[in-house]
Amino acid sequence: MKKEIMDNFVKKFIFILIIMLGFILFYPKDFVYGQNKIPSDDEVNAIAKELYCPVCENIPLDVCPTQACAQWRALIKEKLIAGWSKEQIKQYFVDQYGDRVLAQPPARGLNWLVYILPPLFFVGGIVLVYKNMKHIKKSPDNIIQDIKNEDHKYIQEMEEALKNLNNDKDLS
Amino acid sequence: MENLTEDKNKHKKLPQWVIIGVFAVLLAFLALMGWGLKNAQQGPIQVGNSVPPFELKTFDGQIIKTEDLIGKVIVVNFWASWCKPCEQEAADLEEAWRNYQESGEVVFLGVDYVDTETEARGYLEKFDITYPNGPDLRTAISQLFKISGVPETYVIDKNGKLAARKIGPFVSINEITSMIDSALKQ
Amino acid sequence: MLPNLGYGSLVITLIISIYAVVAAVIGERKNLYKFVESARLALLLTFPLLTLTVISLIALLVNQNYEVQYVYNVTSSTMPLYLKITALWGGQAGSLVFWAWLMSAFGSAVTLRRWDRDLDLLPWVIVVTSVTLAFFLFMIIAFENPFIRFWTTTTGRDLVTMFAPAGSQLIHPFDGRGLNPLLRHPGMVIHPPMLYLGFVSFVIPYAFGFAALITGRKDDRWIRLTRRWTLVAWMFLSIGLILGSRWAYDVLGWGGYWAWDPVENAAFMPWLSGTAFLHSVMIQEKRGLFKRWNMILVILTYSLVIFGTFLTRSGVLSSVHAFAQSAIGPMFFVFIGASFIISLALLIKRWDELRSEGVMTSLLSRESLFLINNLLFIGILVVVFWGTVYPLISELFTGQKVTVGPPFYNSTTGPLFAGLLLLMGIAPLSAWGHSTWKTLGKALWLPASGSLILLIVLIISGIRSVGALIGIWLASLAAFVTIYEFWRGTTARHRRSGENYLTAFWKLTFRNRRRYGGYIIHLSVVFMAIGIIGIELFQTETQGRLAPGESMSLAGYTVTYKNLAEFDVADGRNVARAVLSVSKNGRDLGELYPRRDFYYDSQQPMTIPGVRSTIEDDLYIILVNWEQISSRGATFKVFHNPLINWLWFGGILLVIGSFIAAWPETEKSIEFAPSRIVKTNSGKMITKP
Repeated sequence: MKKEIMDNFVKKFIFILIIMLGFILFYPKDFVYGQNKIPSDDEVNAIAKELYCPVCENIPLDVCPTQACAQWRALIKEKLIAGWSKEQIKQYFVDQYGDRVLAQPPARGLNWLVYILPPLFFVGGIVLVYKNMKHIKKSPDNIIQDIKNEDHKYIQEMEEALKNLNNDKDLS
Repeated sequence: MENLTEDKNKHKKLPQWVIIGVFAVLLAFLALMGWGLKNAQQGPIQVGNSVPPFELKTFDGQIIKTEDLIGKVIVVNFWASWCKPCEQEAADLEEAWRNYQESGEVVFLGVDYVDTETEARGYLEKFDITYPNGPDLRTAISQLFKISGVPETYVIDKNGKLAARKIGPFVSINEITSMIDSALKQ
Repeated sequence: MLPNLGYGSLVITLIISIYAVVAAVIGERKNLYKFVESARLALLLTFPLLTLTVISLIALLVNQNYEVQYVYNVTSSTMPLYLKITALWGGQAGSLVFWAWLMSAFGSAVTLRRWDRDLDLLPWVIVVTSVTLAFFLFMIIAFENPFIRFWTTTTGRDLVTMFAPAGSQLIHPFDGRGLNPLLRHPGMVIHPPMLYLGFVSFVIPYAFGFAALITGRKDDRWIRLTRRWTLVAWMFLSIGLILGSRWAYDVLGWGGYWAWDPVENAAFMPWLSGTAFLHSVMIQEKRGLFKRWNMILVILTYSLVIFGTFLTRSGVLSSVHAFAQSAIGPMFFVFIGASFIISLALLIKRWDELRSEGVMTSLLSRESLFLINNLLFIGILVVVFWGTVYPLISELFTGQKVTVGPPFYNSTTGPLFAGLLLLMGIAPLSAWGHSTWKTLGKALWLPASGSLILLIVLIISGIRSVGALIGIWLASLAAFVTIYEFWRGTTARHRRSGENYLTAFWKLTFRNRRRYGGYIIHLSVVFMAIGIIGIELFQTETQGRLAPGESMSLAGYTVTYKNLAEFDVADGRNVARAVLSVSKNGRDLGELYPRRDFYYDSQQPMTIPGVRSTIEDDLYIILVNWEQISSRGATFKVFHNPLINWLWFGGILLVIGSFIAAWPETEKSIEFAPSRIVKTNSGKMITKP
């Protein structure tokens, strides 16, 4: 009788041992791996720096003092422990809270305008200035040519005097 | 000296298209500002207006679409775990829900505004909330209702129109039930 | 009594400013000098009247009259006296009154100058100034009246109105809500007045430009008249921006000074066009060029001032700075629309007449470089404007809210600012009219070699950041050129007059205040640029939890947490103050006290960093969190900000330079040619035969 009870006990014990072994072997590995390193505040902030508080106006997530922001930073920490990459975490924030959480509008759709319009405008400005300058540069050459055709004594004296004046570089 | 007179001729009047273009840009800009201003001044969605359909994915993974709920009164409550005033009305809302649950005519939807899942679940557990709750992904739903903060509650009648809205926490359960009852009567 | 006095004064001032507009226009159209003179006196009267309003409001604030809604909103019994006074501009309504008061001050000042030579411009200057003033007064009276009070009627309803509803009594709340704690800092006290002064004073050059446009004058008289106004306006606006940055750095606790927030940008944009205008007018004075540019720039500056005020107060853009949204938004919108359209129409009408008197002959001449200067400033303006306005466009067209943050602004404006630094180096040495690479090279070689040597030194010492190398190289070029100019002028004077170098330097600057004051301002900009490069490119930070006695290090500094104390202070706040000791390379450098203040009345916290400032850097520590009970550990965030104090020092130098540049001439005034427009005995204005 006692032997049967012992056998039953041993069977149950082995059974439980096998279950535990299976549990340890097949449980999600990254959880076990993640327990080895807890991300420092700096690592959390490095990601939070690139995100904006979803609820306050225009405040980056790493400096926002509200309780909600503290929760979000804790969320980043959680995700880092779970092994998420920076891009994955940022994408998660975008999916949850919208595009405004990013420091720059994502380059798609209408947002291309953000990046294209300023350089376009600047180039346009340069073109306008260049056209003006070209037009202006033409005239003096013509005039100088005309004068050079005349061999005037006065002109030469004037040129001498002007050269001397230009050497004294008082520009006021 | 002919070159100088030539230069003078080159100074034509400002071309027509430039003038029109500049005014067009200016007017477009003003129109934009005006539109933006109108939007900013609007405030939340008005009572009597039709509420556009939206869908909510609950924390349990269930997807609820409001267009499937036509014929019932929907109570949409915006809350967040970091919102202190929300806690004042949480118990009352749950109690109201339990009162109406059996009739099947009223649906309570909790929309979690800009929150973290862990804290949200904690909040729901703390107040033992049983009606469906889900995160407001990409703040789409709150933008639809143009809310200005949390907590806010919107009661949609059986025809999909806004019957009542409440800005701020409810002070008593009677406030909630009277809002819902008048929506049911319509 | 006081609220009625203040309010009555507001209404009377509005009526008078409208009268000024009407009288000025009638006088101008019908050539009746009497009307114009009456309008001038009316404008002069607006200042004393509005001073009455301001005094009433201040008295109400100081005496804690909480039945007045504004007083209730912005003061509380725990606030010290000076804060109660400065709470005048702590809320929307009061700040509008303050704005209007400053506008009337400048308007009145303008009326007091000698107008004999410019009687044709006077009516229109009065019109523009009075219309702007009247607009603000109308908005205050109609929508943002600071004198409305709390009443309770016999039926038990509570109202907030100006005058007593029938049979009602005043409600006297026990205490006020108190000013937002963020606003209780000395920097915050002076920052709004400086900004408003800058905004308001730019109205005057615009008024003169408008007058020149509408009277069809093609000369630069309006520029010469407003030169000092423009410089003073620019100075105030610059001070306002710098103070705002300093306050953000001191009190907001994020280790930075500028966030490209929409409201910051709204104040920055008029500064950009204003600086371009300040430089561009020199060209019109010297060479008769850029007349159209100058009109465009002054109209742009005025428009951006009004637009900026609109952005801040209408709720159109979301910002940490924005006032609560109110009904004045639509009013502002109408005013902006009208003033834009009218200014533009006038400009187009006169476009051909504003043709340049000369021609630009060389790519490297000073005029040409100034043209590039204008282009760069406008370029930065376009970028900032676009970034500020885009979130609104995105929300309207796609329903998506987006943030346009520092990465956008830094990458797009960085190269443009670098270009401006380069110009600051080259342009002072370029000649009017004609300049070639050779002439410029001859002038430039000495300072340029100096900056190149510095560049090599930097590279050798290990700096690898391209942005920093280019930035510091260009900044040093501008600095060396400016110092070189001072040196050349001083030595020339010394050789000529035999004075010693110091006297020569003093007299040089004093006799040529505009030019050398300007050079000092350029030097200050160089210092600020160096400070900005230091903090933007080389800032490091770290955060960690420390138990008492533990340390952390950053950039060679070691910071040790000693203890933390929590206590209440008399002016209504709870203070948690940490004590940390700082050392570097074993040498003890003293203690720092980062703290967190919690204001009971407004239920708001404020983080004040503990900062150790030296020429080379700031060690900036914030108390992030602390555990009250068991372990008593605390979390600190430490920033190392290299060279940041060059920014603040540059700011001080900028003010000194502006004072020098703007200092009035003490020399005997030149005999003016008699005016062509005179007034006859009958009161008419005629052209002298």
